[in-house]
Amino acid sequence: MAAIAAVVSIGRPSRSTRVARLMLVGGAISVLIGLLVLPLLTIFAQALSQGVAFYVDAIGQPDTLAAVRLTLTVAAIAVPLNLIFGLAAAWSMTHFQFRGKALLSALIDLPFSVSPVVAGMMLILIYGKDGWLGAWLEAHGVQVIFALPGLVLATVFVTLPFVARELIPLMQAQGSEQEEAALTLGANGWQIFFRVTLPRVRWALLYGVLLCNARAMGEFGAVYVVSGHLRGITNTLPLQVDQLYQENFTAAFAAASLLASLTVLTLGIKRFLEWRQSGASDRH
Amino acid sequence: MSRHVLPGFRLSTGYTLAVLGGCVLLPLAALVWTACELGPSGWWAQIGTRRVLASLRLSFGAALLAATIDVLLGLLVAWALVRYRFAFRRVCDALVDLPFALPTAVAGISLTALYAPNGWLGSRLVPLGIEVAYTRLGVLLAMVFVGLPFVVRTLQPVLESMEGDLEEAAYTLGASPVQRFFRVVLPLLLPTLLTGYALALARAIGEYGSVVFISGNRLFRTEIAPYLIVQKIDSQYDYRGAAALSAVMLTASLLLLVTMAWLQRWTHRWAVQR
Repeated sequence: MAAIAAVVSIGRPSRSTRVARLMLVGGAISVLIGLLVLPLLTIFAQALSQGVAFYVDAIGQPDTLAAVRLTLTVAAIAVPLNLIFGLAAAWSMTHFQFRGKALLSALIDLPFSVSPVVAGMMLILIYGKDGWLGAWLEAHGVQVIFALPGLVLATVFVTLPFVARELIPLMQAQGSEQEEAALTLGANGWQIFFRVTLPRVRWALLYGVLLCNARAMGEFGAVYVVSGHLRGITNTLPLQVDQLYQENFTAAFAAASLLASLTVLTLGIKRFLEWRQSGASDRH
Repeated sequence: MSRHVLPGFRLSTGYTLAVLGGCVLLPLAALVWTACELGPSGWWAQIGTRRVLASLRLSFGAALLAATIDVLLGLLVAWALVRYRFAFRRVCDALVDLPFALPTAVAGISLTALYAPNGWLGSRLVPLGIEVAYTRLGVLLAMVFVGLPFVVRTLQPVLESMEGDLEEAAYTLGASPVQRFFRVVLPLLLPTLLTGYALALARAIGEYGSVVFISGNRLFRTEIAPYLIVQKIDSQYDYRGAAALSAVMLTASLLLLVTMAWLQRWTHRWAVQR
């Protein structure tokens, strides 16, 4: 490929390093296209395989629209909860020294390595009919499993580390000096937080929220276990895709294309934020 | 609390602990409790069946292999992205995050459609005798897909911060590119590669959405452990069986988490020594 104009850091580009560059870059691009681009294109190709009219009709189905609404509702509850958790956890982890901090850090990471299905299972053991709180919840007429609260709890569990994990390394690198300076100038805790800390971490925060939101809207395994798959009632969009897949292939891909568009949009905004961030650090 | 200069220690730490307690520790305790109630013999009665053991072998075996492939492919991708400037490099860089951000069920049905016998790639591969969809190879492929960004994103910052001076020194001493890579670069990257491996492994073991569509869930052959958990809950209402199997998966996750914490400390020491 003539467009591959590489700069090699070591030595003068000889024939053999040009070949190596071509092989490495070509290999990397092949991996990305074969493993990532093709599946992405497949979604849109399949969604539109029976024409635009069919596509529009498939998305306009009441059950699919209900699933979109439910997905938006779950994300609208779960993402702000994680945002506040992430800020509190980052403030605690980066500004103070205390015993058990390493353990706390490990606990924050835990949901990343637990299988989503296991996460759902754990919620059933607590909130299900025979669970720890099952009898009490039933007596008070609160339904968690097979209802919105269960979907939110499952989503919060799997997305819990996203915002905290973006903020902690950044706030650690920035240190506490500016906050302490604000303190000596007489600012109170909230003033320090809103006027000093928040403006300095806003891009990382947005970035974490963005990824958290993408995962919240796309979560499948954990939500699958606690949802009960009541069509039009407890089906989020990924669950609706799963059910449609058993019945109508093209309609499933039409619904899936909505989620795939969200993904592309998320990655686009993420790139833009990174570009903004690097631009900002260049100017300083 | 006099050591704490800034305000908000109680509020932020208290809130963090409360959320972690309610959302993470409580569910965790419920699972551990249920698994302990079964006792060793009751636990083995749930786990020791041919079907469950086959699923565990597949989940762990395929995940170990997938993470290995991810390390090789991830190193290639990260190396190209950091060391070379080429057209569409930024697009390629953004693409790496795709498996992070693409809902797993969407990835699952899309990989299946692509590799099914009538799919765009499947129709070309099946005549060659390579069947991906509804086989163990499909399980492996889906696991490689979800694990790749973990390796690339772990390696990238380390590769970027790695100065070329050691390689240049090796170059002036007459080391060939192959020697420079295996004797200089690879030892430096080792802890990072292991961290990426552990992250990809943890994700692949627990992965559900991307795998269940392409695996076809054939008895004894392509059923993964998370699929069996869902089956036990969904159609058999067998919560004890599901809890026993979940406990195995959770133990694996916790072991990996400890390993990663240890690796991180090792990486840190490694970096300080340099």
